[in-house]
Amino acid sequence: MNTVLESLNRALLNALKTDERVLLMGEDILDPYGGSFKVSKGLSTKFPKRVLTTPISEAGFTGLAAGMAMRGLLPVVEIMFGDFVTLIADQLINHIVKFPWMYNQKVTVPIVIRAPMGGRRGYGPTHSQTLEKLYLGVPGLVVLAPTALGNPGRLLEVAIFQEKRPVLFVENKLLYLSKLFDINSSPDYSLEQIVLKRDHLEKTENYYPYPIYVLKIADAPKCDLTLVTYGYMAEVARNAMLRLAYESEIFVEMIVPTILAPYQCAPVIRSLDKSKRLLVVEEGTLTLGWGAEVITRVVEQLPNRLRAIHRLASKDFPIPASGYLEREFLPNEEDIVAKVRKIMKES
Amino acid sequence: MTITETNETLYSMIYRIRKFEETVLENFPKGVFWGTTHTYIGQEANAVGVLSHLQEDDIVFSNHRSHGHFIAYGGDMSTLFAELMGKPSGVCGGRGGSQHLHWKNFYSNGIQGGIAPIATGMALAEKYKNTGAIAIAFLGDGTFGEGIVYETLNLASLWKAPILFVVENNHIAQTTPENLTIAGKIRDRFSSFGVSVVEMDTSDVLDIYQQAGKSINEVRENKMPYGLVLNTYRFGPHSKGDDTRNPQVLKQIIKTRDPLRIQAERVSVGVRENITKKMDDEVLTAYKEALEAPLFEDIYENSSDDVT
Repeated sequence: MNTVLESLNRALLNALKTDERVLLMGEDILDPYGGSFKVSKGLSTKFPKRVLTTPISEAGFTGLAAGMAMRGLLPVVEIMFGDFVTLIADQLINHIVKFPWMYNQKVTVPIVIRAPMGGRRGYGPTHSQTLEKLYLGVPGLVVLAPTALGNPGRLLEVAIFQEKRPVLFVENKLLYLSKLFDINSSPDYSLEQIVLKRDHLEKTENYYPYPIYVLKIADAPKCDLTLVTYGYMAEVARNAMLRLAYESEIFVEMIVPTILAPYQCAPVIRSLDKSKRLLVVEEGTLTLGWGAEVITRVVEQLPNRLRAIHRLASKDFPIPASGYLEREFLPNEEDIVAKVRKIMKES
Repeated sequence: MTITETNETLYSMIYRIRKFEETVLENFPKGVFWGTTHTYIGQEANAVGVLSHLQEDDIVFSNHRSHGHFIAYGGDMSTLFAELMGKPSGVCGGRGGSQHLHWKNFYSNGIQGGIAPIATGMALAEKYKNTGAIAIAFLGDGTFGEGIVYETLNLASLWKAPILFVVENNHIAQTTPENLTIAGKIRDRFSSFGVSVVEMDTSDVLDIYQQAGKSINEVRENKMPYGLVLNTYRFGPHSKGDDTRNPQVLKQIIKTRDPLRIQAERVSVGVRENITKKMDDEVLTAYKEALEAPLFEDIYENSSDDVT
């Protein structure tokens, strides 16, 4: 398993192999195509009855999958482009997440909705967005984001088998081809995996709560800034960390959660005890986003104790198709490096 | 069951629903119930005729006007009253209210159209598990304004879901008459997706009972979706006091299309009186039981594994 894509593909294969309740559903997921981003490649050949290609009816097949989940199956739905999660809003908000609570915890809806998000491929305004912010803070919905720092396939299997609540599983398109991080061949870094106690997973033998990763520069003499991010932005920020260390002797500690909602990020507070400076980086648009919530939680817990609080995100505009323009709109490595240097100068 | 027994059972079920709904409307102004309610008066023959054919594991998905379906399914009236009163003894512990019920294999939700794919997915799951259970989803004429219904009909037909879509066309969506919301015919929407459909225009529970029996058998035998369009009339307002229809026209409709009166003619006077008295007692007892049930002591009890 070298890439995030291979890790996810392998996880789906394992899931289909080990449990007959698992079903995959989505547009164009049959072989030889195997889905727009190939996450389902090879699966329909091995499991033709449980890998179902659908009409272009995101709301319809998501609803179908929800009904299946309520009657004991474990459906995994692929939304071809994450942008299309707008089409499943009513199913997700007024049906799927409502059922367990409004039926007084008498039902579960263990559905996993996978959605490839993100830009940098020139797909333009309606095929490049990072829309999970629309679903963060919807009570009852778990939003997960794999990272190359961890084990994306494992995260997906946990979502399918152990998580009883509905899951929106956010996969960044550029993350697919990212290599899984290997600490043994990355001597510049040190990596810590933190697992919080409080969660909602069934405690089985394979008990595996959602990890939070803390990446540092190996043998860093100090901790200047805490950078919080997730998904593909962690890959971008990882490179920025290295440049900042080598070029400017600025040492950044990066916190990467795999669960975005419900909010769970105690390690941020721990890191800020040392650094006193916070930068939140996300690919979604800036205003009223995930970063705003991270910062609010920090400020609620550490009032007046920080020297700097900042965020970096996409501009509050649709994403242009032109690669020249798109680069200006999405946060990149250069932006992170410049932002951190500026913060260090000013605080 | 003999024909006489069937007639008496159908009559008593219609009466039961009628009395329940009348009790709801009568007591609403007293402030004992929360929110709003959508009553089923006038449409009782549909729920009773269709759901009399249910088998133990069959699934029913209902909508905002769910009381009649719930009672015909066998739901307990006391817990339904308690649910409307927002009490812990309610069907869903007061969380769902009138439109959001779940008990055994009965479900309802108050959003138009969205239940269609869910019920279809449930039917497919039962088919996949090979349990033999089928699903029945209740839709209305107004629901056909929602795009997801068409996505669902397409998917249900493509994937051969064992589901019966029962359309209760009461010719009015809240306050808007059918001619302002429906182009073409509702039944044609089914046939255009290759789903066989039967349309009826009756308030006679026996007619509906017989046709629904056939339709449900077809769903069960052929493991495919079917449609049953029932032209019907709701006698009351959409919820409470929002009826904009001409009272004279409505009066005429009630005169000719009352399922309770139609079925009453098939039951002897003596038996009818017994049924009436028994049902009045049962509804009143259920109402009182709900009224006397305790309120919440600790509203955060058991909420630790809820949403965070």
